[in-house]
Amino acid sequence: MPEMMYREALRRALDEEMQRDALVFLMGETIAERGGSYKVTEGLLKKFGPRRVIDTPIAEASFTGMAIGAALIGCRPVVEILFVDFAMLAMDQIVNQAAKYEFISGGQGCVPMVLRTQGGAGNGLAAQHSQSLEAFFYHIPGLKVVMPSTPADACGLLKSAIRDDHPVIFIEHKLLYMTRGPVPDEEYLTPLGQAEVKRPGTDVSLITYSYMTLKCLEAATALEAEGISVEVVDLRTLSPLDKETILASARKTGRVIVVHEAVKRGGVGGDIAAMLMEEAYNDLDGPVVRIAGRNTPIPYNLNIEKACIPSVEEIVAGVLRMV
Amino acid sequence: MKQKTEAGSGSPSSDAAQQVSKPILLGMYRNIYATRQFELACVEYYRQGLIRGYLHPYLGEEAVAAGACAALQPDDYIGSTHRGHGHCISKGADLRLMMAEIMGKATGYCKGRGGSMHIASKNLNHLGANGIVGGSIPIATGAGMGIKVKGTGQVVVVFFSDGASNNGVFAESLNLAGIYKLPVIYVLENNHYAVSTPIECATGCCDLAGRGPAYGVPGICVDGNDAVAVYLETLRAAERARRGEGPTLIEAKTYRHGGHHVNDPGLYMNADVMAQWKARDPMILMRRAISDAARVAAIEAQVNAELEAAVEFAKNSPEPAVDEFLSAIPE
Repeated sequence: MPEMMYREALRRALDEEMQRDALVFLMGETIAERGGSYKVTEGLLKKFGPRRVIDTPIAEASFTGMAIGAALIGCRPVVEILFVDFAMLAMDQIVNQAAKYEFISGGQGCVPMVLRTQGGAGNGLAAQHSQSLEAFFYHIPGLKVVMPSTPADACGLLKSAIRDDHPVIFIEHKLLYMTRGPVPDEEYLTPLGQAEVKRPGTDVSLITYSYMTLKCLEAATALEAEGISVEVVDLRTLSPLDKETILASARKTGRVIVVHEAVKRGGVGGDIAAMLMEEAYNDLDGPVVRIAGRNTPIPYNLNIEKACIPSVEEIVAGVLRMV
Repeated sequence: MKQKTEAGSGSPSSDAAQQVSKPILLGMYRNIYATRQFELACVEYYRQGLIRGYLHPYLGEEAVAAGACAALQPDDYIGSTHRGHGHCISKGADLRLMMAEIMGKATGYCKGRGGSMHIASKNLNHLGANGIVGGSIPIATGAGMGIKVKGTGQVVVVFFSDGASNNGVFAESLNLAGIYKLPVIYVLENNHYAVSTPIECATGCCDLAGRGPAYGVPGICVDGNDAVAVYLETLRAAERARRGEGPTLIEAKTYRHGGHHVNDPGLYMNADVMAQWKARDPMILMRRAISDAARVAAIEAQVNAELEAAVEFAKNSPEPAVDEFLSAIPE
């Protein structure tokens, strides 16, 4: 299988879907002429023209709302918000409009839009450009939330998101754009709502997603040397949540740690832990543990920034405490 | 400079009415009268407890919706507001499905899930009322973008209030529509109050239409109680939009005949100003423009019968089934 960068895989998904369906179009800040801040949309303006690859002014609330309106009349818009932090400017349109329309209208209309954005710490971008805010969207009925960790998933999931008839919040991670991985040559779709066991194991389950999947896999490799078999489940989609894969892994190992970069309080990990208590209590050997971001805004200085999010060492230590 | 809140003077634009065909004039009167009677009925059923939640009457403002919608083709789109019954009726809504929705019945436009503030109709290309002030503005702007992407040639009219024009999405959307020359007509219904805040306390502007040119969008003031005037301006704006010349902002000056919602008596409103506006009630102006008592009476009789049937239909319709509702919720 050929290797590809995460950002190239995203571009391939956009390119394929735009070729396939003339109703797919892109809007966002600096995505057309400049090809996007992370070069995801590079070359698409030339290929598809300014009617379908549209640079917007800095007006997140309104261009997100525009995607809703275009979706309502049959288009499949993909809007890009440069940082998930800036999606906060568009929360009315995301939460009160996009997520509600199909329900409120009694099913008369649906909103097949994708909001691509990126989050996460790691580049010294400080408190307003480094957050992991997926829990906000995860909390809202009517939204799908996708957070791929590999180039192959990025491509397959983005294609599925574009074809989905519901609003999808597609959150990339800024540290993943330059990562490489194998991507199938032939066209493929990765279904929303299916987790993937990225590494099978028998002693402890690490339930994770996005960039933390890479950290968990690293931790699992390190622990293998100590004779501990770690299973890594990459959720890929937070909503809908693939409970079956989580429960199967929990029942298999009996020990579960949920790992995410977002702050622990109010995070997705707490919800997964509660779900496991409700549905797999008797299969667990002990309490579900969360390893997650510290309860603080992300600082600028690289050393203290690093201290705010889970490290491989912390994950290894967490597993060792369990077995 | 202060906003003028006095009602416009003079008779309805009888010269202007000459430019408009009789069927259009009668159609506008039908929608004004239907909205008036429909809402008076809603207020009554609200008092009886048959309607719950919020109900925001459009009483006094009916000419704006009637005039603007008369300038549209059936496949043109509209976006609406929490005060949206008039937009809905003027776009051609079925009074039965509206009344059923407002009474929370399973047969309503939204199966009883939306209520007064959320009526939408796919068949009518009505994108929906909205519970968030200003919420429809970007959505309608996006429908304009979608029309451009699809190349289908329709226009979009989005109704919103003076209150919404002080919200950020109004500025953003006007700017966006100006950049891409979107086929969107922004109909600003200046009813002079945002809930209970008078417009002169909410802006330093005199004419809100003046905000259009700031974004490269033509801005026009019109007498919002005169459906003929609203119709003619909307028609001009729609023609511009269809020629690819982009959006227009139309400020229609009008006045609420009561408070913000059915439980707000509007005691903060000035009685003299109210009397001036009521003297120029959209129904009175429209009757004068038509000046054909027999035709007017026939329309009224037909609307009354339609309304009676709608109320009957709504009252006799079932509530949404709770079990069915719950079982359809995904985990």
